[in-house]
Amino acid sequence: MRFILGFIGSVFAVILLISFFSNLATYFQSPPAPLAAEEFHREPKPLALSSDGPFGKFDKRQLQRGFQVYSEVCSACHSLKLVAFRDLKGLGYTDAEIKKIASDWKTQVPSTNPDTGEPSTRKALPSDNFPAPFANDIAARAANNNAVPPDLSLMVKAREGGAAYVYSLLTGFQNQPAELLKKFPDAKTPPGLHYNPYFANLNLAMPPPLTSNGQVTYADGTPATVDQMAKDVAAFLVWTAEPNLEARHAAGTAAAIFLLFATILAYLAYQQIWHDAKRIVRVTGPLEPKNQARTRRAKAKEGIAG
Amino acid sequence: MSFSWAKPYEPKSAFMRWLDQRLPLPRMVYGAVGGGYPVPRNLNYWWNFGFLAGIFLTIQILTGIVLAMHYAATTDGAFTSVNQLIMRDVNAGWLLRYAHMNGASFFFIVIYIHIFRGLYYGSYKAPRELVWMLGMVIYLLMMATAFMGYVLPWGQMSYWGAQVITGFFSAFPLIGEPLRVWLLGGYAPDQAALTRFFSLHYLLPFVIAGVVILHIWALHIPGSGNPTGVDVKDERDTLPFHPFYTAKDGWSSLAFILLYVLVTYFAPNYLGHPDNYIPANPLATPAHIVPEWYFWPFYAILRSFTVDFILPAKLWGVLAMFMSILLMFFLPWIDRSPVRSGSYRPVFKRFFWLLVVDVVILGYVGGAPISPWRTALGQAAAAYYFLHFLVILPLVSAFETPLPLPKSITDSVLHGEEAEAAPAGQKGPRRGSVATAG
Repeated sequence: MRFILGFIGSVFAVILLISFFSNLATYFQSPPAPLAAEEFHREPKPLALSSDGPFGKFDKRQLQRGFQVYSEVCSACHSLKLVAFRDLKGLGYTDAEIKKIASDWKTQVPSTNPDTGEPSTRKALPSDNFPAPFANDIAARAANNNAVPPDLSLMVKAREGGAAYVYSLLTGFQNQPAELLKKFPDAKTPPGLHYNPYFANLNLAMPPPLTSNGQVTYADGTPATVDQMAKDVAAFLVWTAEPNLEARHAAGTAAAIFLLFATILAYLAYQQIWHDAKRIVRVTGPLEPKNQARTRRAKAKEGIAG
Repeated sequence: MSFSWAKPYEPKSAFMRWLDQRLPLPRMVYGAVGGGYPVPRNLNYWWNFGFLAGIFLTIQILTGIVLAMHYAATTDGAFTSVNQLIMRDVNAGWLLRYAHMNGASFFFIVIYIHIFRGLYYGSYKAPRELVWMLGMVIYLLMMATAFMGYVLPWGQMSYWGAQVITGFFSAFPLIGEPLRVWLLGGYAPDQAALTRFFSLHYLLPFVIAGVVILHIWALHIPGSGNPTGVDVKDERDTLPFHPFYTAKDGWSSLAFILLYVLVTYFAPNYLGHPDNYIPANPLATPAHIVPEWYFWPFYAILRSFTVDFILPAKLWGVLAMFMSILLMFFLPWIDRSPVRSGSYRPVFKRFFWLLVVDVVILGYVGGAPISPWRTALGQAAAAYYFLHFLVILPLVSAFETPLPLPKSITDSVLHGEEAEAAPAGQKGPRRGSVATAG
C-alpha cells in the first residue's frame, strides 16, 4: 500500500513540477503586459472617524450631516433598502422629526389603493424602509447610462477599505493623468465613464456627485466643503452598515474584562490544584535510583526527614 | 475504561444512587471527563485543543439554532433576513450572527492546531488509528458544514463559492455534470440548492456531535497520548482528568475564548470577505472568487494544476484536492516509525516544520489573487505537500535513528523540569491527588 500511495504522490508531484516549469517558461518567454489598472490604482486615503477603534462612538452631529448629504445628493440614485426611517433614532432624531422625515421623503412607498385595489403609492411611515429611487434595476439602468447604482446600506462593509474607500472615491474624481495616456494609449476613459484612481478599474459610471463647496447647507452651520461632505457621508454609511457599533464596542469591552478576570481566577485555581500534583511526582514511589537520590537531596534541603 | 486504577464512580447522594442503578449516565460522564479518567500527567498546552473544539462545537450549535429561528432560506429573502432582520432588528441578533461567523473561523483554528498536534506527536499511530480516522471524518463533516453555512447569507461570495465548489464535480467525465445538477437541484445554485444547503447545514453539526462521541469513546480505550509518546506504565504516570485537566483546560480555554471574543466584538468582519455584503447576483462574477480562509490551502492545490497531462488540468486539480485530505486516513500506515513523538525524531521534526511552512504558503497562495509568480510558488508548495506525506514520511520512518526515549512518563517529568525541584510535602498527599505507589 505504501508503494501505491508513494506512486500516487509522485505522480501528483511530477505533474505539479511540469506545471511549475511550463508556468515559469511562459512567464519568461512572454511576461504579462503591465495593466493601467494595476499601475495607476491607488489605495484609499486615510480617514479618521470617531467610530474607529475599540472604544469608538458615533459623532451624532456628523451622522446627521451625513444623512443630510445622503438625502439631498446620494438618494437621487442610490437606495438604502436595509435601513428603516425608525432607525434614524440612532442619529438622535426625535419620533416627531422621524415621522416628518418619512412623510416628506421624495419617493413614496408602493401600496394598494384601499378603495379600488389598484396599485398606488402612499407617504412613508417611520416603520417603512427607505424607498428606493428606482422601481427596479431596469429602471435604474435606463436612467443611469446602463449602470445600476448600488444600494448603500452595507457599502462600507462591502468594499475593501471601508469608510476610507468611500471618502477617497467621493473626493478622487480627476482628469486622466497624461502619463497614463502616454503609457497606455488604449486605456483612455470611455465616454460616459469618469476617471477615479480609487476605483478598481479606474473608470467609474458615477459622475462626481459632490462638485462644489456649499452644495448642501448644513443645518448645524458647518461649512460644507466637498471634503467635509465626503467625510460626513462616509461616517453616515458606517452607521447604516453597522448601526449597533456602539453597543458592540461596549459589550465587547465588558465581555473582555469579565473574561480577563475569569481567566486569571481560573489560572490561580489551576496553579493551586497542580501545586500538589507536581510535588507528589517528586517525592513518592520507587523511581530510578538517580531520581531517588535527587528526591532525598531535595528533602534534606527542606529539612524534612524522609 | 482504560486503566485498572481508574477510580470507580461513587454516588454521593441517595438520588444519585437511585439514578445510577437505573440509568448510569453520571457514571459514564464521570468515567469520560471526570475523576474516573486517568490522563498522562505530562500533557502540555497543545493537548487543550480537543477540549476547546468541543466548546466551539457547542457555541456553533447554540448560536446556530437561534439564528435559524430568524433566517429565511429563500433566494429573495436570505440576504435581507441576515443583514436587516438579524443584524438590526432581532435583539442581540448582531451578536449571535458575529459570534456564529467568527465561531466558525475559530473552530477551524482550533481544529488545525489539534490536527497539527496529532501530526507532530504521532497521535495517529497504533493503538489510536481509529481515533485519528474518526477525527478526519469530523474534519470532513466540518468542511461540508462550513461551506454550506457560507452559502446561506446569499451574498456574492456565497453564490459564486457555491458555483465554483459544486463545479468540482463536473470535472469528472460522464457522471460529473449530471451529478452536479443532481446535487444542486438545478443548473446553477438557486432556490433548490439554498433550501437543501440550509437543511444539511442544520443537520450536519448533530452528525458531527455523534462522531465526536465515537472519537472520544475510541480515545478512552487506550487513553490519551502524551508528549513523550511513551505508554502509561503505572498509576504514577497519570492524574485523574478532574480536577487536574479540567483546571488546566479550563484556564487556557478561557484565555483562548478571550481572543475569540476580542475578534468577534472588535474586528468581526476581519476574517470574512467584503463581497459577501453584496447580494448574490448570478450575472456579475466577482473579480476574485475565494473561499473562506480555512479552505485556502486546498484551493491553492486545486488551482495549481495548469497543464492538461493525459487528463484535463481541472480533473487533476480536483483529484489532487480530494487526495490531499484522503491521504490523512492512510497516515497510520504510511508512517512506520515505532516512535510516536516528534520530539524524539530529529529528521521527522525538521520535515514537520517544513510542512507547517508549506501549508501556510499554500494558504497564502490560495487566498491571494492569481499572478504568475504566486501560481509557481503554489505549484512548488503543492508538490512538496504530496511528497511530504506520500514519499518523504515513509522514507524517513524507515531510515531515521530516533533519540533514546525516557523510561517512563514520570521519569520524563522529573528530568524535564529539574529547575522546578519542588519542596517535599509539608502536608502529605492531599485528598483527591493520586495515590502513591510504594
